[in-house]
Amino acid sequence: MSTRSFGARVERNVDPKLLRGEGAFIDDIPLANVLHTAFLRSPHARARIKSIDVRAAKQHPGVVAVYTCDDIGVLDMAMPLLIPHPCMKNPQTQRPLARDEVHYVGQTIAMVVAVDRYTAEDGAGLIEVEYEPLPVEMDMEKALAPGAPLVHEKAPGNLAAHFVQVCGKPDDAFARAEHIVKIRVQVDRSTAAPMECRAIAARWDAVSGELTVWDGTQAPISVRGGLASIFALDEDKVRVIAPDVGGGFGQKVLFFYPDELLVPMAAMQLGRPVKYIEDRRENFLGSSQERTQIHEIELAALKTGEVIGLRDSFLHDTGAYIPYGIAVAQVASTSIAGPYRIPNIWVEFKAVYTPTVQVTPYRGCGRPQACFAVERAMDQLAEELGLDRFEIRKRNFIGVDQFPYEREGLLFADGLKVTLDSGQYAKALGMAADALGASSFAADQAAARAEGKYLGLGLACYVEGTGLGPYEGGHVRIHPITGKVYVNTGLSTQGQGHDTVFAQIVSDQLGVKPEDVIVVEGDTKAFDWGVATFASRAAVVSGNAIHKTAITVRKKTITAAANMLEVAEDEVELRDGAAWVIGSNRFVPLAAVATASNPLRYAFNEAAQAATQFAPASKHDGPPLGEGTAPGLEATDYYSPPASTWAYGVHAAIVEVDPGTCAVKIRKYICIHDCGNMINPMIVEGQVMGGIAQGIGGALYERLDYQPDGNLANASFMDFLMPYATEIPDVKILHLETPSPLNPLGVKGVGEAGCIAVGAVVASGVEDALKQLGPMKFRHVPLTPTMISDALESVGH
Amino acid sequence: MKPSLFGYRAPKTLDEAITMLASDADAAVLAGGQSLLPAMNFRLANPSLLIDIQHVEGLRGISVEKDRIVVRAMVRHREFELDPAVRAANPLIHEVMQHVAHVPIRNRGTVVGSLCHADPSAEMPLLLTLLGGSVIAQGPQGRREIGAEEFFTSFLSTARRQDEIIVEARFPTPRAGAGAAFDEVTRRHGDYALAAVGCVLTLDAQDKAATIQLAASGIADKPLRLKGAEALLKGSALATGDLDAAVKASLPLVTQSDEANASVSFRRRALGALIRRMVVKAAERARSGSPQ
Ligand SMILES: Cc1cc2nc3c(=O)[nH]c(=O)nc-3n(C[C@H](O)[C@H](O)[C@H](O)COP(=O)(O)OP(=O)(O)OC[C@H]3O[C@@H](n4cnc5c(N)ncnc54)[C@H](O)[C@@H]3O)c2cc1C
Repeated sequence: MSTRSFGARVERNVDPKLLRGEGAFIDDIPLANVLHTAFLRSPHARARIKSIDVRAAKQHPGVVAVYTCDDIGVLDMAMPLLIPHPCMKNPQTQRPLARDEVHYVGQTIAMVVAVDRYTAEDGAGLIEVEYEPLPVEMDMEKALAPGAPLVHEKAPGNLAAHFVQVCGKPDDAFARAEHIVKIRVQVDRSTAAPMECRAIAARWDAVSGELTVWDGTQAPISVRGGLASIFALDEDKVRVIAPDVGGGFGQKVLFFYPDELLVPMAAMQLGRPVKYIEDRRENFLGSSQERTQIHEIELAALKTGEVIGLRDSFLHDTGAYIPYGIAVAQVASTSIAGPYRIPNIWVEFKAVYTPTVQVTPYRGCGRPQACFAVERAMDQLAEELGLDRFEIRKRNFIGVDQFPYEREGLLFADGLKVTLDSGQYAKALGMAADALGASSFAADQAAARAEGKYLGLGLACYVEGTGLGPYEGGHVRIHPITGKVYVNTGLSTQGQGHDTVFAQIVSDQLGVKPEDVIVVEGDTKAFDWGVATFASRAAVVSGNAIHKTAITVRKKTITAAANMLEVAEDEVELRDGAAWVIGSNRFVPLAAVATASNPLRYAFNEAAQAATQFAPASKHDGPPLGEGTAPGLEATDYYSPPASTWAYGVHAAIVEVDPGTCAVKIRKYICIHDCGNMINPMIVEGQVMGGIAQGIGGALYERLDYQPDGNLANASFMDFLMPYATEIPDVKILHLETPSPLNPLGVKGVGEAGCIAVGAVVASGVEDALKQLGPMKFRHVPLTPTMISDALESVGH
Repeated sequence: MKPSLFGYRAPKTLDEAITMLASDADAAVLAGGQSLLPAMNFRLANPSLLIDIQHVEGLRGISVEKDRIVVRAMVRHREFELDPAVRAANPLIHEVMQHVAHVPIRNRGTVVGSLCHADPSAEMPLLLTLLGGSVIAQGPQGRREIGAEEFFTSFLSTARRQDEIIVEARFPTPRAGAGAAFDEVTRRHGDYALAAVGCVLTLDAQDKAATIQLAASGIADKPLRLKGAEALLKGSALATGDLDAAVKASLPLVTQSDEANASVSFRRRALGALIRRMVVKAAERARSGSPQ
């Protein structure tokens, strides 16, 4: 019997290629005669453009074309608003090339196309723009005040959206509360910083009338639809391929970035392939960012520590535009109660325009901020009530018998009511306490103190709504020549290992080795129904679609094989790449079954020859392909989740703070994680570990440093402190597997999990470490040495 | 992030190199390229001509002499770090080198290039200042020796004239029996220092500081000898009160303005902690007779 591969630590199919440097990223795709692009970007956050002079640039040797908003025809428009929502007032989106005014530093004003990127940059440097700089307000709170400089004249008060959601009867809960805590927390802006920046290449074939676009996007099908619509081409004449992509983390789910429209346009106009390979500086200046939120959160509690109500009002920085709607703020507001029962909730947000690049989801998408707010508030409540931090959480968790747990009135990003589907929160907390050694920590802390060391325990719990709909599809085919299995889905991959987990799912149904399942994603020619990779949804939505499809192909295979082997269907099993008569040594290879399922078969190879011996034609009176049947062993099917499925976890750490240098060292880090049934624990751990590393970035290091004039002071890896491997401690990851009742595989998403709780854990740990020196509160991340120094100074240390 | 057009020459002799440098006011010397090339990619530096000195005769190698170590222009950080004779003569150097960037950068970057780049947070300028070393500049007018404190003039600026090449740096070896220590505060491993302190001292028979050298970087527009602190500590028992006074005298030297990663008050705190710790550690090492 072959062993089940679902749940096994199968090595990633994609790794040999990537590790040998044989990946094909966009810049590796050979395109004959290709032209390169560079952009002239605004040096001002707000300015009127009085004139643009491109004459010198056009004359520069090697420059082929220079475009401003006047030269781009239909593209001289505000780009699409992807996700409308009634709470947005006059939503603003960017234009591919600025017309009349600019709204952030880095905004694209002109595109230069040249024989190489050096020349294109030289050309951009020769464009003269006359600006009339306008005042800016970078502080969200001040930006809302009357009289503040506006990011858009059409958006009074810089208010992009205002939304309130209510669950239960929060006012009653606060009236009845025996204890109320209120705190203010802030999370600052960071960026996804994928290893490969964004990139796009386009080729126009005038003979076939086909536009081929290689785009490092998370959403190739949607990009195809948009390009076809904007350029008025038939969808079939536009092919979008997301080849190997070096990380996305949400930054590449937004479309359109200006280059995604302008590069195809230039390729069509100039009759030569054109590409744009974003450099790191441009990625810092022009690609989406996320995180700045300021929350004022209140908990209404009973003396027992039971939280009966929550009020949260927060400001969400959306940057200069809101193309992705309120997604980030909405996810934050609906995740605000975490894993706790808290039956009465009032949550309000204001999305604020600031003169910075737009904010769209970045791994976590509002969850780290929500987690930071509620977990810091829980710690405060525990302190004021004199309760242990583990204990107060335990008293408020949704119990195993309370699922599904609905939050009536809170609509998640899929438009459906928040319904937590399953979990073992208290068990996870207990595991975290054990793995950390929480029971002996007080003694450890005292002992360390005696040696002049300051240790603190940090703790935070989170939930993550994953697997958003509406749907994905799968196509599975057993190839008649090789017997290998081909799988397509509409998603694209950015290195997560989709190809391996999807292969494992199919492998179990068809009895083939995972490495013989070839998954092709991210090519609209291969599969063009589907949504995109985001919101921790690939395993849940595509995974179940592929699972359903594989079951159909399995049935077809068994029927065909039973026919060939002349036994009943229930006497056939699929294993080791063949269909076997159970309990015998009689089998036909899958390739032969697949060949036999095609009425036309030349004897190309042994499998085909073998198949011809079983030629079923003689058994039929009618046509070789019976009515209602299709050739081959293949199927296409779709999965549409009824609702999001909620993963969760508990993180705990021991940190050491050095009051002299204000350095924070993570001495121990524990992650208890539950994403339902794990398809591949190794890949789950990779996702969680990567997320934790990113979370550590957000907790201690990464902050985009916008100056009062709107310039980004740290637009490079020299100055933007993404942690190195040396800053990431060993992390112990332990799993729980509580199946999701919502989908056949029982899986939940894991892509974003790791990063959510880290900020809250670190701040909680630092606060605990330094409490011996005085009442210091850490409610702002990233938590910098300067903040620690200021706090110590405030208590006279 | 692509440089603008520039010329490139790779002379074989020092005279040739100096002639080229003297003939073009916008020419720049290229050593390991670890600071110059990123600046060119950002178009912050736009030299007309790069004079690559890696093939120039006589610019390679380290000489460990009786009371100093001579490091010629093309010696990479990594050679300085790993050379056994250097390590035996002055173990502090190996300790300091661990903090300079990362191995791949140390493989290419040069010690002298770092001195010429004169980043006020860099380790090599601090080391040269701490040890009271010097550099040898050679130009059309001949050779001259420039002491560390005179060489570093300000942020990314030195007393080197545009047409001079620094051919070597001289790091004096601490006297026998000295103890030394170095540490720095960075946000991430291998980053430039937000504050760094080095200390070299000898103790007399009464366990008092007979001699003491103390220097810091990351706190001002160039590395500084902490002379006030040195004066207070010399002859003292290095007791807590002495250290308090030394720290107090040093804090006003922090003139680096508030910036995102480090406020002035944080830098002062870190400088104070480092001074205390490095003096104590250097004294322990002097006492134990192992310089490190
Ligand atoms: C990611 C990163 C991290 C780093 N971190 C650190 C760090 O933590 N600490 C640190 O100290 N450094 C750090 N560096 C810089 C590194 O140490 C550089 O190698 C060093 O500063 C310059 O040496 P170089 O040989 O590369 O000089 P180059 O880049 O070639 O030149 C630097 C400058 O000095 C001039 N120059 C070089 N040699 C001579 C000479 N002989 N005569 C006259 N002029 C000369 C050049 O014209 C140029 O202006 C880092 C660099 C990087 C890329």
